[in-house]
Amino acid sequence: MLPALAQFRVEVSGVGLTQLPIALVPFKGQDASPQKISEIVQADLERSGQFRGVDASGQALDEASRPDLALWRQRTADSLVVGSVTRLGDGRFDVRFRLWDVVRGQDLGGQSYTVPQGDLRLASHRIADYVYEKLTGDKGIFSTRIAYVTKGGSRYSLWVADADGENAQAALASPEPIISPVWSSNGQQLAYVSFESRKPVVYVHNVASGQRRLLANFRGSNSAPAWAPDGGSLAVTLSRDGGSQLYTIPASGGEPRRLTQSASIDTEPVYSADGSTIYFVSDRGGAPQIYKMGASGGAPTRVTFSGTYNISPSVSGDGRWLAYISRVGGAFKLHVMELATGNVSAITDTSADESPSFAPNSKLIVYATHLQGREALMTTTLDGKIKARLAGQGGDIREPDWGPFQKQ
Amino acid sequence: MLKRTIYSLAIVALIAGCSSGTKLTDAPVTDRSGTAGGQQGSASAVAPVTIDPNAGTAQGPVGIERIVYFDYDSYTVKPEFQSLIDGHARFLKANPQRRVSIEGHTDERGGREYNLALGQKRSEAVRRALTLLGVNDAQIEAVSFGKEKPAVQGSGEEAWAQNRRAEIRYTR
Repeated sequence: MLPALAQFRVEVSGVGLTQLPIALVPFKGQDASPQKISEIVQADLERSGQFRGVDASGQALDEASRPDLALWRQRTADSLVVGSVTRLGDGRFDVRFRLWDVVRGQDLGGQSYTVPQGDLRLASHRIADYVYEKLTGDKGIFSTRIAYVTKGGSRYSLWVADADGENAQAALASPEPIISPVWSSNGQQLAYVSFESRKPVVYVHNVASGQRRLLANFRGSNSAPAWAPDGGSLAVTLSRDGGSQLYTIPASGGEPRRLTQSASIDTEPVYSADGSTIYFVSDRGGAPQIYKMGASGGAPTRVTFSGTYNISPSVSGDGRWLAYISRVGGAFKLHVMELATGNVSAITDTSADESPSFAPNSKLIVYATHLQGREALMTTTLDGKIKARLAGQGGDIREPDWGPFQKQ
Repeated sequence: MLKRTIYSLAIVALIAGCSSGTKLTDAPVTDRSGTAGGQQGSASAVAPVTIDPNAGTAQGPVGIERIVYFDYDSYTVKPEFQSLIDGHARFLKANPQRRVSIEGHTDERGGREYNLALGQKRSEAVRRALTLLGVNDAQIEAVSFGKEKPAVQGSGEEAWAQNRRAEIRYTR
């Protein structure tokens, strides 16, 4: 088990089979910097489950140094990150780094960023993305954002935070519940359900401007929004015609078009990344199970067959995986299904899991759970081997949704 | 056609990023305060507004209970609540201008959205019971809070039983 990094509130646990050993030397100038760049990068890489930090102490190196690679091979590092952070005269910071392949003795390049103080964490996350992509071949998710809801006393807040849970900013505060926040594909808007009018209604909310629009306030309950990937419409659950059924509605508002026709509960729609398929929860078979259908409606087919209560689907961007919550005994547990084979794994040992959401690179899942008596947000690798608890606000924390890749 | 019932709960919408200021919501705020006191007529008068969480709730028939309780995983209105239903049905038929919102709830077990739909089945069961007795459907809106607004905090059957309910609230 990896030791917790005491200087962060991120606690990473678990051991993976293929963790690349990497040394991240404290950046020159980091001691005097408001953010400890190398530590943020190391936490990001370790949370991915694909890296293991090795001892990088006692070295004074920066991006211009020619490191003694034999030393790092001796420390069992395959890769080395060095850099510097310098405060400029105008108050901004100059952040530079270089990545070394220790085994082959190759310079794998680097970047430099000039950022205001408020963007030092973002610069660190971009460094982590660069390192991750160079060494794994996959796109990094460390510069992405998550949304989540907290409840403190009788106050509910909708937060937008970095993917590590830090740097949270409140997008909405309300005396009534907020549930089911979901990011649009361009990362600019959140749709969510608010009970501020003493009934559930769906809002679409521009995060940068705070402008929001009531999307669905039809007779009865309006909930479970899901963005179509092209951003032109959303699927929602409406009770306007009796029961809970799925409809699609233009993102600019307007008349809904009904997608399901059943006497049962149909809810929790989620689109596949190519927009062709909607996965959703239905109890038309007697108990809630996950089904899929074409995005324009049509005959659904059942997807989950083990367990008597399966809800809260999330589909990975590469289309390979389905994450969902399954009730096992009395416990609610995160499961992952490989869609091509139907093979299912339970990947947590907690018993109150909720609201799974895939990272946009399909390699991690964020979810809410109860840990040591508190509500917490966790990320996990798809095999469940590496988990991390995210930094979060005080109070109960729930309903996470992972945002898309950000445009640079 | 949208049937919209607006209640007077104010929301503070905090704007992320560099923008400043607060954004008012679509829900209008009702002034429930008293007079503005000695500042009346003054150009700098500020009328204080206190949010009343019970605003938008009107008086229903006196002496009749307004909460129907349900068994686990059930949305059947049990016989013991029939006289409650009868009482509200009589009142609503005698007062066709009155409106009710029936608010369905579940206990804490299970997912939020699925429980929202289960709560909806409970509120619709009460609506059906009322319309079967001749109440005009247009007088009733059935909504759900799922597990979001428990009447009683905590776990265990005693708390759960008090949370599995549909509440009849007069809005007009």
